[in-house]
Amino acid sequence: MTLTKRIIPCLDVDRGRVVKGVNFVGIRDAGDPVEVARRYNEQNADEITFLDITASHEARDTTLEMVSRIAGEVFIPLTVGGGIRSCDNIRALLNAGADKVSINTAAVSDPEFVREAAERFGSQCIVVAIDAKRVSAAEEPPRWEIFTHGGRTPTGLDAIEWAQRMVEYGAGELLLTSMDRDGTREGFDLGITRAISDAVTVPVIASGGVGTLDHLVAGVKEGGAAAVLAASIFHFGEYSIEEAKRYMAERGIEVRL
Amino acid sequence: MTIAIIDYGMGNLHSVAKAIEHVSPDERVAITRDARAIKGASRVVLPGQGAIRDCMGELERSELTGLVKELLADANKPLLGICVGQQMLMDKSEENGGVRCLGYMPGRVRRFAEDAVDGHGERLKVPHMGWNRVHQHHMHPLWEGILTGERFYFVHSYYVSADSDRDAMGYIDYAGSRAHVATGRDAVFAVQFHPEKSAAAGLKLLANFVSWSP
Repeated sequence: MTLTKRIIPCLDVDRGRVVKGVNFVGIRDAGDPVEVARRYNEQNADEITFLDITASHEARDTTLEMVSRIAGEVFIPLTVGGGIRSCDNIRALLNAGADKVSINTAAVSDPEFVREAAERFGSQCIVVAIDAKRVSAAEEPPRWEIFTHGGRTPTGLDAIEWAQRMVEYGAGELLLTSMDRDGTREGFDLGITRAISDAVTVPVIASGGVGTLDHLVAGVKEGGAAAVLAASIFHFGEYSIEEAKRYMAERGIEVRL
Repeated sequence: MTIAIIDYGMGNLHSVAKAIEHVSPDERVAITRDARAIKGASRVVLPGQGAIRDCMGELERSELTGLVKELLADANKPLLGICVGQQMLMDKSEENGGVRCLGYMPGRVRRFAEDAVDGHGERLKVPHMGWNRVHQHHMHPLWEGILTGERFYFVHSYYVSADSDRDAMGYIDYAGSRAHVATGRDAVFAVQFHPEKSAAAGLKLLANFVSWSP
């Protein structure tokens, strides 16, 4: 076994600035996306994810320009998400230098779009982002549902079934975010991470809630994630990517050092 | 001196172009489907992404199949295949129910098993996605300055299995299979991984390609 577990810093970008909210509200500025990406590249990040959280029409050109600037000097995989609704959106992002795109709301409103995108561009560049929230009570068997629009809109879809369906439609990777944990720094929801990792053949990226390096370890060891994504623990200088990798390596996780 | 990246409509060529421009600021890098421009280039990159049937089909539709075969046969024109661009050099792929490829190098393209588990009982995921160690099987100018066991970035579900040991330049073992992730003969070198996305090691391999005189 020599494939490493990946550490992916995530840039939530709003109107050209990296920001980080708590439960999607309470925004804090974390800098210029190109500079932040360059820093993570120097720290040996395995990939970079860029989420355009405004994703308004006006923001799109800014995003394309940012992606192009990052891709011109950061030679590791770059995933871009936020408001992707058409194959034209995908083509524009890939042409700007993105390697993968992350589809979220549009996958729920039109699952066939995922199939079309995977057929057109290949599964290797289609990531489906799944925002899940636990909907069962504490004493019930756990059940998670899909939410859209930054965790505001419930869909009634069971998260595990949805994950399997998205893989069947051609998703090459799943970006799983726990809406209960996102921004809380309490750690990943390991229950849903494990359930989906076991239910699908494709790699699962765990996201939402990282506050310590032990959370990253748990995401891999207990959650079964192929990759772990975090933002705020890296953005504000608490830990570097390298520190996180060394910490994981010391606990028996294979990482690229 | 121009380095042509063959644009037959499949895959993201901009990353490759940007990475080559980065390592060789003095070379001209052209993303092109123009046969004359490709012929006139000093070296050529054959990329490929997505399903192999589409890649072979689009190459044919772009009327570039014959030209690519000519380039492969030219022992003085360095050619770098990347990802499906490596797979296409083989005889045949088992993807899409079986697809005949360019037949430059004897070998097959197979799919990774989906039921394999690692030493901890975790399922080995397909696509094989992420950073893996590439073991160098033969010395080659494109490995110059790169250690055997160096990690490169992969994303694929199918892999090359070359018939001849002499063509196998590097390999990984994954999901119970040995994948020849680098193959080469004469002026052709081809890799399954993405050098343009493999940080310093990948840029080094691209720099080696740009200065390679086979």
